[in-house]
Amino acid sequence: MTAPPALCVDRLSVEFRTRSGLVRALDDVTFSVRRSETIALVGESGSGKSVTAYAIMGLLDPAGRVTNGQAMFDGIDLLAASPKQLAAVRGRQISMIFQNPRTALNPIRPVGRQIADVLIRHGKVPAREAPQQAVEMLRAVGISDPGRRASAYPFEMSGGMCQRVMIAIALAAKPSLLIADEPTTGLDVTTQAVIMDLISDLATERGMATIFITHDLALASQRARRVVVMHAGHVVENAPTADLCAEPRHPYTAELIAATPDSAASLDDLAAIPGSLPDLRRTDLPPCRYSERCPRKTELCAQPLPQTAVGAEHIVACWNPLPAHVPLKLAIGAS
Amino acid sequence: MTDTTAVAPRQSPLASLLRHSRHVLAENPVTSFAFALFLLILLAALFGPQMVPYDPLASNTAQTLKPPNAQHWFGTDQLGRDVFSRVTVATRLDFFIAVASVALVFLMGGLAGVAAGFFGGWIDRVVGRIADTIMAFPLFVLAMGIVAALGNTVQNIVLATAIVNFPLYARIARTEANVRREAGFVEAARLSGNANWRILIGQILPNVFPILVVQMSLTMGYAILNAAGLSFIGLGVRPPTPEWGIMVAEGAAFMVSGQWWNAFFPGAALMITVFCFNLLGDGLRDIVDPRRRT
Amino acid sequence: MTVLLDVEHLSKFFPVGGGPNQLARLKRRLSGGAERLPKVYAVDNVSLIIKKGETVGLVGESGCGKSTLVRALTRLIDVSGGSIKLGGRELALKPARVFARDRDRARIQMVFQDAGDSINPRFTAFDAIADPLRRLRHTRGKTLKERVEVVAGQCGLPPVLLSRFPHQLSGGQRARVGIARAIATEPDLLVLDEPTAALDVSVQAVILQLLQQLRRDLGMSYLFVSHDLSLVRLLCDHVMVMYLGKIVELGPARAVFERPWHPYTQALVAAVPRFALEPQPFGRCPIGASDCKSKAPVLRRIGSRHVACHFAEEFVVQRVGPVHAAQATRQI
Repeated sequence: MTAPPALCVDRLSVEFRTRSGLVRALDDVTFSVRRSETIALVGESGSGKSVTAYAIMGLLDPAGRVTNGQAMFDGIDLLAASPKQLAAVRGRQISMIFQNPRTALNPIRPVGRQIADVLIRHGKVPAREAPQQAVEMLRAVGISDPGRRASAYPFEMSGGMCQRVMIAIALAAKPSLLIADEPTTGLDVTTQAVIMDLISDLATERGMATIFITHDLALASQRARRVVVMHAGHVVENAPTADLCAEPRHPYTAELIAATPDSAASLDDLAAIPGSLPDLRRTDLPPCRYSERCPRKTELCAQPLPQTAVGAEHIVACWNPLPAHVPLKLAIGAS
Repeated sequence: MTDTTAVAPRQSPLASLLRHSRHVLAENPVTSFAFALFLLILLAALFGPQMVPYDPLASNTAQTLKPPNAQHWFGTDQLGRDVFSRVTVATRLDFFIAVASVALVFLMGGLAGVAAGFFGGWIDRVVGRIADTIMAFPLFVLAMGIVAALGNTVQNIVLATAIVNFPLYARIARTEANVRREAGFVEAARLSGNANWRILIGQILPNVFPILVVQMSLTMGYAILNAAGLSFIGLGVRPPTPEWGIMVAEGAAFMVSGQWWNAFFPGAALMITVFCFNLLGDGLRDIVDPRRRT
Repeated sequence: MTVLLDVEHLSKFFPVGGGPNQLARLKRRLSGGAERLPKVYAVDNVSLIIKKGETVGLVGESGCGKSTLVRALTRLIDVSGGSIKLGGRELALKPARVFARDRDRARIQMVFQDAGDSINPRFTAFDAIADPLRRLRHTRGKTLKERVEVVAGQCGLPPVLLSRFPHQLSGGQRARVGIARAIATEPDLLVLDEPTAALDVSVQAVILQLLQQLRRDLGMSYLFVSHDLSLVRLLCDHVMVMYLGKIVELGPARAVFERPWHPYTQALVAAVPRFALEPQPFGRCPIGASDCKSKAPVLRRIGSRHVACHFAEEFVVQRVGPVHAAQATRQI
C-alpha cells in the first residue's frame, strides 16, 4: 500500500555561517513520510536531526541557510515558500513539539489561552468558543480537571503535564503532519511511556503523519514503522524498523545498536563507537563523513555517496555495506 | 597517550593569558587601538612629570595667554604656565584618581556583593539597605556632599567616587554570586574540602571578576569625569595643582575672549582618556573571560 | 565482605508553608517554631547497607528523593534523623557546613551528572583535579603534579589536556576530568550521579567501562544513581528502587529487573524502551517470553475475569497493569 507522501524531503543541504567558519550542517538529506505513517529520525548530537526539522519548518537560526533541496508538502516547496504561504502551513498543517516543554511554552500566559490562541489563529474557531475547545483539547491529552488546569501557568505544572499541553497546542489545529523533536528527553521513563502512547494514539486517531526525532534507537524502534539514521548531516540508512534492527547494513547503524545498553548482555559487550564526529567546518570533508572512523573503509569511499537499495524500501548510503543475514555481533569488524 | 617523556610543559596561566591577549588584539583593531592609547596615557602618567619641558607650576608673567606656538605647544595660561606641561603632568593625578577609585569600589562593592549573594540572609539585607540608601541620592550631589564634609583632598575625591559607585558593583556582584551559588562546581568544591569562605574567594570571585572588569573600565572614565566635575565647582583639588578638571574650569572663563587653548587641551585630554577607557572595557572582558578562548 | 556504609532510618524533611510574609513568620516563631509546620519528607526512613567493593544502583524518578538521599549520604546537606556510619564511624551528627574539614571527607566522593557544570569554568583540568588533593591531602608542588598526572592517566586523559579549560574539552573528556577529580583522593565510596546522562551513546560505553576498571583497580564501592535501568542492569550488583522518599524494592540487579515484584518497579521496568523488531504485542511487558512471540495469548477466564496472557495464573495476585500503576498514583 503506497499512499502518496505527506512530506517529501529531497537533497536538503543547510549551512551555518559562524565566526570560526562555515558549518556544513546538512548535506543531501533525503527521506519522505507518508500519510498516517510514523517515522523516526535517529542520530547522536551533531547529526543534524534537529536542524532538519527546523529547516523544514522555516525556523532556522538567521545564521543558517538552505543551500539546496526541496521539502514538498501538499504541492508546495516549504523551503522556497513565501512567508505568507509558510504561515498558512505552519501550525495548521504541520505542527512541531519541542524538547524542553517548560521553555517552549510561554511562561506568562495560562496554558488554556495558549491553546486558544492556536485555535483562533489556525483553527478558525470564533474567539467565543475557543476557551471551551481549549479545555476539550486538555481533556483529550489526558490532563485531569481540565477546566481548572486551563488557567494554570506552565511553572505550576510538572514536566510531563507541560509536554501534554504542548501536544495539545500542536494538535489544536488538526495538522496532517507532526514533528516531535526529542519530546521525551528529560522526562522520567514512566512519563515517557505515557507521553509516547498519547502521541501514538492521537496520531492513529487523526490519521496524522509523525516524524519522531530522537537519539534513543530503542525508543525509535518501538514507536516508528521506519527509521532514518543520520550521522554528521548525512542520511546513512533508511529502512523499515524490523529490517534496520535485525539487519543493519550501514556500519554506523550497527555500531549504534551495539552501543545501546539494551542490546548488551554485560558491560563488556557494550560497544563504543570509535573516533569522533568530523569537524563540519572543514573544507576537505570526505564524501562519506563516517569514513574516517569506519572499520570497513575502502578506496571506493572516496567517491560521492551512493544511495544503494539493499531491499524493498531499505536504502543505505555506503559503498561497503554490511552483508545481509549476518548476526549482529559478527557484523562489526568484519570486512 | 600516557608517554611520560612527551609530557607537554604545563602552560603557566600567565603565558596562556598573554597568548590569548595577543590573539584577541590581533582580531579586534578597535581594542588594539584602545590598548595602544591606554599605554600612551599610562606612559604619560608614569614618566610625564620627568619629561615635560617646563615646570607646570612656574608662572611667567611675561608669557601669559600666548596661543600655541613653537615654544609652547599648547600655549600658556593666564599665569604664563605652559599648558602642555600642565596637561601632561595632570595625567598622573587623574589616572591615579581613576585607578584608586576603581580599586576601592571593586574591593568594597565586589566583596560585599559577593558575600550578600552567596550567603544571603542578614548579610544580603544589610548590603541591600546600604546600597538603597546611597542610591536614594542624586549621585553627583552625594559626591559633592562627601567631599564638602570631609574636605577636598585627593583621598576624599577617591572615597566619594567609590561610595557613589558602590551600589552598582554590589548589585552586579550579588547577582553573579547568587546564580553560581547552586552551581555544580560549588558542590564539587565542598566535596573537595573547601570551606565556605574559600569557595567564595577561590571559586566564586574569579568567576565574577570578568563581569566586573568591564564595569571597572567604565568606572575609571566616570571617576575622572567626577573629579573634573568636582574641580569645576571648586570642590576638587586645590590650585595650583594641575588637574584637567580645574584647568577646564579656569580656562572656561577665557573661552569667550577667544583664548580657547586654556580649556580645550585639558578638555580634549579628558575626552580622549574617557573614550579610551570605555573602548577598553569590551576588549578586557574578551581577554579575561576564559570562555572566549578558542 | 565487610560493611562500608551502614545507613539506618535516615530521613530528611523540608518544612513547607509559612509563607514569605514576615508577620506570618513572626507569629509562627512565637507560637512554637518550625515543629508546627507541615513537612515534606524527601527521604523517609531509609535504611541501606553498602559493602566494600560492591556496586549498588539507585533508581527512581524525579521527585522520588534520590538527589536528596545522595546529598545526605555525601554530607552536603544535613539530615533530620537517622544515622550514617562509614566504616563504623557515625557521620550524620556533624553539620554539613563543617564536614568539608572532616578527616573522612576524602573517603566519600561524587561524580556529577553534568561534568561541564561541576567544573569551575575558570579552572583548568589540572586545577580541578588538584583541588581535592590540595585541600584534603595537603599535597603540593612536584608531588601534586605527579599525582594529578597519574590520576589523569588512569582516567584516560593525556597530559596535554590538563592545561585546558572545560569549554575546550569534549563531553567525554570533561566526564573523565570529573571522574579523575573524584578518585584523586582514593575514596572508599564513590557516588555516581547519572555520570553518562549528558553523554552520547557512542561515548557512554567507554566511560562505563572505565568506571568498571577503576572500581576493580582501586577497590571502591559505588553508589550508581540513574534513571536508565538498562545501565544499572549492566553495572550494578544490587539495586534499590526509590519512590516518594522510600525504598520500595531492594535486591540483586538482574533478578529485580527480570522479575520485579513491587508494582512500581514493574511499571519502571515495563516503561523502559526495549529494542522492538516488530511493533510488539508484549513491547513493554516485563515478562515477554518466547511463547508470547509464537503463540498469541487467547482471552480466557480466570476467576471472575478474562485475561489474555500466557502467565496469568502466576501473577493473578501481584499483577497490577504496569503503566496504570504509575498513572493511578499521581498525575504525570
